[in-house]
Amino acid sequence: MSQIIQRMDENEPIVRYRNITKSFGDHIVLKELDLDILPGEKIALIGPSGSGKTTIARLLMTLEEPTSGTIEVGGEMLWHMQRKGNWVAANEKHLHRVRSKIGMVFQHFNLFPHMTILRNVTEALVHVLKMPKSEANQRALEILERVGLKEHTQHYPAQLSGGQKQRVAIARALVMQPQIMLFDEVTSALDPELVGEVLDVIKGIASEGDMAMILITHEMDFARDVADRILFTDGGLIVEQGTPKDIFENPESPRLQSFLSRFLKGQSELQADTRIAAGTE
Amino acid sequence: MWDWQYARSILPKLLEVIPTTLAATFAGFIIACLLGLPLALAKRSRMKWISIPVTAVTEFIRSTPLLIQLFVLVFVLPQSFGITLSPFLAGIIGLGIHYSTYLSEVYRSGIDAIPRGQWEASIALNFSKARTWTRIMLPQSIPPTIPVMGNYLIVMFKETPTLSAITVVELLMTAKVVGSASFKYVEAFTLVGVIFFILSYPSALLVRALERRMKRSERRGLAR
Ligand SMILES: Nc1ncnc2c1ncn2[C@@H]1O[C@H](COP(=O)(O)OP(=O)(O)OP(=O)(O)O)[C@@H](O)[C@H]1O
Ligand SMILES: [Mg+2]
Repeated sequence: MSQIIQRMDENEPIVRYRNITKSFGDHIVLKELDLDILPGEKIALIGPSGSGKTTIARLLMTLEEPTSGTIEVGGEMLWHMQRKGNWVAANEKHLHRVRSKIGMVFQHFNLFPHMTILRNVTEALVHVLKMPKSEANQRALEILERVGLKEHTQHYPAQLSGGQKQRVAIARALVMQPQIMLFDEVTSALDPELVGEVLDVIKGIASEGDMAMILITHEMDFARDVADRILFTDGGLIVEQGTPKDIFENPESPRLQSFLSRFLKGQSELQADTRIAAGTE
Repeated sequence: MWDWQYARSILPKLLEVIPTTLAATFAGFIIACLLGLPLALAKRSRMKWISIPVTAVTEFIRSTPLLIQLFVLVFVLPQSFGITLSPFLAGIIGLGIHYSTYLSEVYRSGIDAIPRGQWEASIALNFSKARTWTRIMLPQSIPPTIPVMGNYLIVMFKETPTLSAITVVELLMTAKVVGSASFKYVEAFTLVGVIFFILSYPSALLVRALERRMKRSERRGLAR
């Protein structure tokens, strides 16, 4: 086990999607996807609605099972395991072990409403990692301080704003020290004035470096600032990928070009709509 | 018609069996609560060989009268399996099993009401299945069902006269015995009615108050 970790140098991907196809019924959502993610790499996924971005993340978080293909995490198969020399579908125990390297933050926070903020963050430390309560509390307090929520440890999720809730959700995932963290449109459910505080927290985490991230987002400025690499998905395919500079300044495929222009236009329309709705226009 | 003095004279006899009646109610309720939860989980199970038979059996029990089930416990069990239960024990078991099928539906609706995101967050944090149930799902799904549970407790209390059919000495049985001794049924049965009312009406008010309080805190967003 330790040998495997040692072999994982900087250039060895921590995640490998190989030939992943996912369909719901006869609707093919991802088509023969290949994707490597390096340790510490920050990847932004952009693309139109329904293009398969969330599905890419959910397959890695084991919330959705691939129809075919394989995913490797840290040199180990995620959805498969070996039994008597044959590859078979992973059982719960195997998933449990490999999944421990992955964390996820959701669009709708999914905090545990019956627990205080502190317990939301300590619960998995205590009951998954079996950490002593005092140590878990200390770790949680450190992380909550980092996301600016030290004053709210004894509150319940319902007493917080959306932005605060999402910062708790980030702390809750972060405290488990995953090697890869998935962020699925974590600001889409927030009021516009609360988006900034959450993005700032994520930027802070990203700048620390060692954790790989997949950021699914419609915030193009944020993607440009944070990502090492941007993937543009459309119709279940990664149509184009490159550095933020490549993607935003030299989009090659017509689909990305039209997405970006539609997106920018859409955004100004959206702003106009909200102004109309607010009665200021 | 109504003989106050006679009524007063039989009252102690009726009051005497209130503990038995309440004991049968609570014991039956506890059985129903304990049995209802695994039934709910089994009915929701993705394994068809568990969910289908359990659903079938609970539907059967729910759709047949309690009285028949009590008779089965008292007459069929000794004959076919050599198990003889005291009337009281048979009574609480029958009551418990019968109402566990109702309570399992209550639990199930509580569990189904939990948003899918809670399951997904539990997986993302790598909670085991068992921990997901004990730390996340059940603590959220049971509190909202408490008022409904309270209503079932009252319903079960009012169902205890059925136990007189298998000779459990509860209120109705006692009234019948007392009444037949003097052929003055009006007083005995009226008192039984009054006792049931005095015990169940305040309980019902209590449950309603509880329900209102929970609705209020839910509106404030504290429950969910
Ligand atoms: N559980 C499911 N059952 C059936 N179809 C699904 C399911 N989940 C996703 N899909 C479909 O798969 C396609 C891709 O969905 P996905 O959520 O990955 O897209 P997305 O790129 O994240 O879109 P958005 O920007 O709207 O979040 C969509 O057409 C969606 O309707
Ligand atoms: Mg999505």
